[in-house]
Amino acid sequence: MLKKRIIPCLDVKNGRVVKGINFVNLVDAGNPVEQAKIYSDGGADEICFLDITASNENRDILLDTVQKTAEQCFVPLTVGGGVRSIQDIRNLLMAGADKVSINTAAIKNPDLIKEAALQFGSQCIVVAIDAKHVASNKWGVFTHGGRESAELDVLEFALLAENNGAGEILLTSMDKDGTKSGYDLQLTKSMTNSLKIPVVASGGVGTLEHIKDGIVKGGASAVLAASIFHFGEFSISQVKEYLNSENVPVRI
Amino acid sequence: MIISIFDYGSGNIKSVSKAVESAANSLQKNVSVQVIHDPKKIKEADKIILPGQGSFKQCAKHLRGIPGVVDELNDFVLNKKKNIFGICVGMQLFADFGEEDGGSKGLGWIQGEVKKIKITNLELKLPHMGWNEIVLKEINPLFQNLSEDKHFYFVHSYEFIAQDQINVAASTFYQDEITVAVFKDNIFGTQFHPEKSQKNGIQILENFISW
Repeated sequence: MLKKRIIPCLDVKNGRVVKGINFVNLVDAGNPVEQAKIYSDGGADEICFLDITASNENRDILLDTVQKTAEQCFVPLTVGGGVRSIQDIRNLLMAGADKVSINTAAIKNPDLIKEAALQFGSQCIVVAIDAKHVASNKWGVFTHGGRESAELDVLEFALLAENNGAGEILLTSMDKDGTKSGYDLQLTKSMTNSLKIPVVASGGVGTLEHIKDGIVKGGASAVLAASIFHFGEFSISQVKEYLNSENVPVRI
Repeated sequence: MIISIFDYGSGNIKSVSKAVESAANSLQKNVSVQVIHDPKKIKEADKIILPGQGSFKQCAKHLRGIPGVVDELNDFVLNKKKNIFGICVGMQLFADFGEEDGGSKGLGWIQGEVKKIKITNLELKLPHMGWNEIVLKEINPLFQNLSEDKHFYFVHSYEFIAQDQINVAASTFYQDEITVAVFKDNIFGTQFHPEKSQKNGIQILENFISW
């Protein structure tokens, strides 16, 4: 049986983790390679890097980080943040990323998804969508950390991305992100009901039960979480043991 | 020993070479892992790994676009009977034919076709993406010393349908049973990615080195 995936996400800026594991025993708490290795050895099913570097000049640092991580972590690595072109995607894949997550650029130009899927295969193209509740059972696509509306319906955009060859949707609820009150289950369910490709739920997880709900009630194929892992509230294996005891299929 | 990874422009070669190096280190064997682009270098290798990502059609096109490569590979595999390991679409290319994107010819080493996975249960998504457990079909040197839970990382929408069941080395379940490893004499291939499958994956690469 295919297992539900648990994906820790690390925010990386200028090659350093800015929101990462808060463990005291780390030699270098800002080293993304070291943190990724801890997660992959601890049973993470994938690792996600989100590059929040503002400027283009620092892309080389990101590529170097991806390369060093891929050399040591033999689990899939997804990299997102500031991906604008086919060349950006190629560079990340060549550096060792397994999947590349596209956000704003996919909204501005949905054909980028099509082109990228044709060139590199759907398996490595993740479309990241930041969603915000706008009306009863309606969510809008937002950019710039939820500040700007893209004037698009989330479901319509996700279906377009699927049609254009996206292999997966990374769905973040901007309403829930940072609240620790659980994933937006209605949003997640409406997406997983309609899409044929896997959906990764993100934004709002605070407890083990939230993770279970994202999978069982939301129908997500995978769950992404940042702070519950980084601040040492739960380890990956604790999450998996809990899910296993709740009869959610996970890789132990 | 020289293990060459043949790079024909199909994605993430680096993780494969790093994983093979890691496997060689843990075996404490002196293995030179080379990424090669030139078909003439194929004959210098003791073993070949054929990776592959993306669509069957694109991979077949890229591979056949390199002059002389099919002859060199045929000589290596069919005449010299040296060991080859195909990963993901690299394995799919061993088939006669792949139906993806209108269809294209494979290398024809293991009789069969590569077809889209049939899913009627709407709760199951495609691609088949993530970790799934494999079931071994027969005793095979490539599957020695795996841990009890045999999870491997998959990402694919097409499956190898072998004409002769004897060539099916392992399967998994995704609605129905699907073939995830093929084996014939000196030819071995997996649909899953050993280079992304943690310890179990490295173990298979160790087995390939020792094979």
